[in-house]
Amino acid sequence: MVEAIRPKRKSPYPLWFFLPAAVIYGVFFLLPTATSFWYSLTRWDLTTAEFIGLENFRQFFSEPFLVQGLINTLIYAAMTSGLKTVFGLLLAVLLTSNIMARSFLRTVVFFPVLVSTIGVGITFTVMMHPTRGIINVALDAIGIDGPGWLTDPALALVSVALVDLWKGVGLATLIFIAGLAAINPDYYEASRIDGATRLQQFRRITLPLVQPATITVVTLSLIGGLRSFDLIWAMTRGGPGFSSDVLASVIYKQYQAGFYGLSTAGNVILFALIAAILVPLTRMFHRREIDQ
Amino acid sequence: MRRVRPIIVGCLSLAVAAVVFVIPFLFIALQAVKSRSEASRLNFQLPQDWLLWDNLVAVVEARNYQLLLAYFNSTIITLFSVTILVVLSAMVGYVMQRRRSRWNSIAQGAVLIGLMMPPAVVPTIGLLQSIGLFKTMTGMVLIQVAYNLSFSTLLYRSFIGTIPRDLDEAALIDGAKPWQIFFRVVMPLLKPVTVTNIVVQSIAIFNDFTNPLYYLPGRENVTVQLTLFNFQSMYSSQYNLLFMNILLVTIPPLIVFIFFNRQIVAGMTAGGVKG
Repeated sequence: MVEAIRPKRKSPYPLWFFLPAAVIYGVFFLLPTATSFWYSLTRWDLTTAEFIGLENFRQFFSEPFLVQGLINTLIYAAMTSGLKTVFGLLLAVLLTSNIMARSFLRTVVFFPVLVSTIGVGITFTVMMHPTRGIINVALDAIGIDGPGWLTDPALALVSVALVDLWKGVGLATLIFIAGLAAINPDYYEASRIDGATRLQQFRRITLPLVQPATITVVTLSLIGGLRSFDLIWAMTRGGPGFSSDVLASVIYKQYQAGFYGLSTAGNVILFALIAAILVPLTRMFHRREIDQ
Repeated sequence: MRRVRPIIVGCLSLAVAAVVFVIPFLFIALQAVKSRSEASRLNFQLPQDWLLWDNLVAVVEARNYQLLLAYFNSTIITLFSVTILVVLSAMVGYVMQRRRSRWNSIAQGAVLIGLMMPPAVVPTIGLLQSIGLFKTMTGMVLIQVAYNLSFSTLLYRSFIGTIPRDLDEAALIDGAKPWQIFFRVVMPLLKPVTVTNIVVQSIAIFNDFTNPLYYLPGRENVTVQLTLFNFQSMYSSQYNLLFMNILLVTIPPLIVFIFFNRQIVAGMTAGGVKG
């Protein structure tokens, strides 16, 4: 009531502060996203768009190599996300324990995160050369016949995912280290007095209490994995054949070939895939957090 | 026994980390100083002559000094994008944190979508063409701002939560206008998160390959990452020059990392835990 009588005072936090950001974000991100749904239903040469209904989607799902791209996207995202979570947690436990050269090790594990993806991709492509690459030369020295990491169609996608792990695990480790630091050390002390082993402590204390960090790592790496393009493009360009193509590389290839409608349909499928995986996931995590 | 274990575990992890994480960088540096024929063997033998300077000159002079142009372009794009990003996202984060309004949930939704969703590339190209910004640095800068706003806003919003409102109110009572309160009183207090934002976004934009590939094609527009990618096919028989280029691309983040290690770690974990 008092509010209503007093002359309306201007808020010191004006809404026009949103405006410049909203214009740039709206025009250059939201608007193309919105129009992509229309263009995915057209045959399009950037000047004229002819409505053809769901033809692009029908074509997408009837071409085996495009479907392969969709499946590869899921495999790649699941693999990189799973590996980063597991190795990130293990590294974080190791790097928070009392070992020597701890800060040096943290630095070394984290640095690849900041390095150019293209540079990393080219370097590993060379190191994974089937005969001269140092990985296979080293394996040869201990009597193992190394595979054609990037030339074997069954292995190419996995090899790129392993390089993605190498480059990205530092970020997961960093997030887990922050999560571990937030756990009250009294829990470990109490359980030690009760006679718990290291493994029991890890399962009963560390794992449940580090869960917020786990959720973050899983979510971030899934988003990154589903959208992944540059590392794959630098290392295999989707090859050999289409064996390591993912949605993002399919979108680029169709764009280059001039199939703008089809490329945009691929983009819409990628939106749908990310929404279908991440929306339920964040809901689930959110509920669990409230329960606890 | 208890005192010996950390040393053993430490030695072991040092050895593994050295092999897994350090060797690729040594490999880059070593190939970059070899002669053409030595580098083509792709092994770890030390070079007969250290050709650091010769290779450096050869890479810089390649294709009529394309690398210098690329560094210039990438630096300009990064500089302008990050400046605009910092100002705009700080403004958004500030009002989002301070004021309850129905625009808040919309802004929050926009931030979330921006963090999660990939851009619709071909429609964006169509849009840029129709307003004359395709293949221009201006267009590239605006795209980088649009794509990275969400993350910067997130960082600012959570940091502004730690700044007491008393300061804003005191300035208000002194008769300051809203924009004066923000730019004169609040913004200087945000320096730590501003540094984090500048460092993290500079690295991200400087290392970006995909967006220039789509929106900034053309020889006069090359960026550092695109040059490196093009060198891969051009120098498939001159690994020494290819790796010299990789070395040059790796050095800027290394320098930034040495000076801003703490801010980078803060930014990555804060953004991560919130996101």
